[in-house]
Amino acid sequence: MNWISNYVRPTINSLFSRREVPDNLWSKCKECGTMLFHRELTENLNVCTSCDHHMAMTPRERFANLFDGGIFSEISVPTPIADPLTFKDQKKYPDRMKTAQKTTGEAEAMLVAKGDMGRTPVVAAAQDFSFMGGSMGMYVGNAIIAAAQEAVKTKRPLILFSAAGGARMQEGILSLMQMPRTTVAVQMLKEAGLPYIVVLTHPTTGGVTASYAMLGDVHIAEPNALICFAGPRVIAQTIGEKLPEGFQRAEYLLDHGMLDRVTHRKNMREELITVTRMLLGLSPAIKGDLPAPVEKAKKPKPDPEK
Amino acid sequence: MNNYLEFEKPLAEIEGKAEELRAMARANEEMDIEKEAAALDKKAEALLKELYENLTPWRKCQIARHPDRPHCKDYIETLFTEYTPLAGDRNFADDHAVMGGLARIGGTPVVIIGHEKGHNTKTRIERNFGMARPEGYRKAIRLMELADKFGLPIISLVDTAGAYPGKGAEERGQSEAIARSTEKCLQVKVPFISVIIGEGGSGGAVAFATADRVVMLEHSTYAVISPEGCASILWKDAEKMREAAEALRLTAQDLEKLGVADRVLPEPLGGAQRDRAGTMASVGKEIETLLKELKQKKPDQLRKERRQKYLDIGAKGLAA
Repeated sequence: MNWISNYVRPTINSLFSRREVPDNLWSKCKECGTMLFHRELTENLNVCTSCDHHMAMTPRERFANLFDGGIFSEISVPTPIADPLTFKDQKKYPDRMKTAQKTTGEAEAMLVAKGDMGRTPVVAAAQDFSFMGGSMGMYVGNAIIAAAQEAVKTKRPLILFSAAGGARMQEGILSLMQMPRTTVAVQMLKEAGLPYIVVLTHPTTGGVTASYAMLGDVHIAEPNALICFAGPRVIAQTIGEKLPEGFQRAEYLLDHGMLDRVTHRKNMREELITVTRMLLGLSPAIKGDLPAPVEKAKKPKPDPEK
Repeated sequence: MNNYLEFEKPLAEIEGKAEELRAMARANEEMDIEKEAAALDKKAEALLKELYENLTPWRKCQIARHPDRPHCKDYIETLFTEYTPLAGDRNFADDHAVMGGLARIGGTPVVIIGHEKGHNTKTRIERNFGMARPEGYRKAIRLMELADKFGLPIISLVDTAGAYPGKGAEERGQSEAIARSTEKCLQVKVPFISVIIGEGGSGGAVAFATADRVVMLEHSTYAVISPEGCASILWKDAEKMREAAEALRLTAQDLEKLGVADRVLPEPLGGAQRDRAGTMASVGKEIETLLKELKQKKPDQLRKERRQKYLDIGAKGLAA
């Protein structure tokens, strides 16, 4: 803690690192180790161009690729009481929250929006694994309830992208109570006769899987996504034996009847449009690139898909 | 009393001594030990009071798991008449970790569902230590449907460390089974009372405890994760369970403040294990009172209020 370590060393380091490739231009695939050029990876929807590994996607990236012309409007989520238990482990919960908000630039672990998807009006919610492991607390519960209420109000289907390590322990029992709370939200949709489609992405575990993620009309997962209640490590410990290859991965769940489909990310949007339109009794979607929805395209925007 | 908890060791010593004295006196009639034994009794009682007046959350967890506490089976045998177990999920198997069937309480026919942990090695293994597999939750769903169809109130007795984390359980859809069971709890239009008699372990408990009224015994717990599990994740040290138990706010008293428990039933001094009959009787009385209250409500109203209750939970934090 002196002048040298605080000022001189960082300055020298920054002078040198400038000559190197900035971190954000290249990322390494965790699965196969290939170095991937940032733009190429984004164009490929964060799927490794060499091994097809589906990397994490933020809710904003998802929505940009889901909605026509990348246009959507956010639905506001009621802010719950902050730190209801005044929880402290090695760090205080509010401090963990601040760090997560700073690194992600998001308020919480779920984003809700509405817009058109293949000219089909939908509400979508996406969980953000980069925000405290996507964990489900009061806010995520409120987000799903807000999404369901908006869907019922505007008679739109709800498409939910799940990604979470489970419940947010820092909210104790209140995080557990999001299981019944989000179930009530799903029931609102069901009773209104609106489709509820769950896209399970890597990873979807714990209380999230054991509530809204497993109550969809249709369950579609991304390839190789880990989907489970108890994690593989816990199970291996309990039963004291090695688990089979691919255990609790999307394909394994498909084989065991827990999913309807496992779909590559590049086909996901088309498939969601097809399924949603059939469930709603609408005519087939027009294939190919679509312009942004007319009523919202006040300023003409270039089609990002071209 | 056979089983003492770790923090009860000083108590075990005193009570042991008193017991020893009395045994000696029984063998040798000339000995007059009554005065001495009575003094020890008094000392033991004072200590018991002291121990149980200021229980830490971790000690409460230990009491909630006490092997001598009355379990689901004891409650069913004591409080209910004409208990008729109904088995199986009509799909794969009958899960022995979950008891369920028809029974009467105070003359009223009800559907009863509960986790049973077992009371000795043999029954514990048979009951899988009260940790249900998907079949257990699917059996519960079936029984809740039956109750709904015939307008019978549902009573659930919750006492589980959690859903069983096994290979087969995962393969057969543990998450889906729990999700559907919770969904069914929120769907039925009959009175639904849940009593947490010991441990309310995470999703495995929610699946049965999403009810119109959730009653918790004084020393029962209800948490999103076990203190040991929480400690090993957040503290990276499973030995920090005391801190985790504190932070999680899992005691019945805190849960009442948070609006998760509707009522906390007092236990006898020294916990339910010291007066099993008394504890069970007070649970029975509470169930009957609540049944009377809930029967006044119309089916649609019951469901609507149940759903609203869960939507509202947590809005005020600990100030609720």
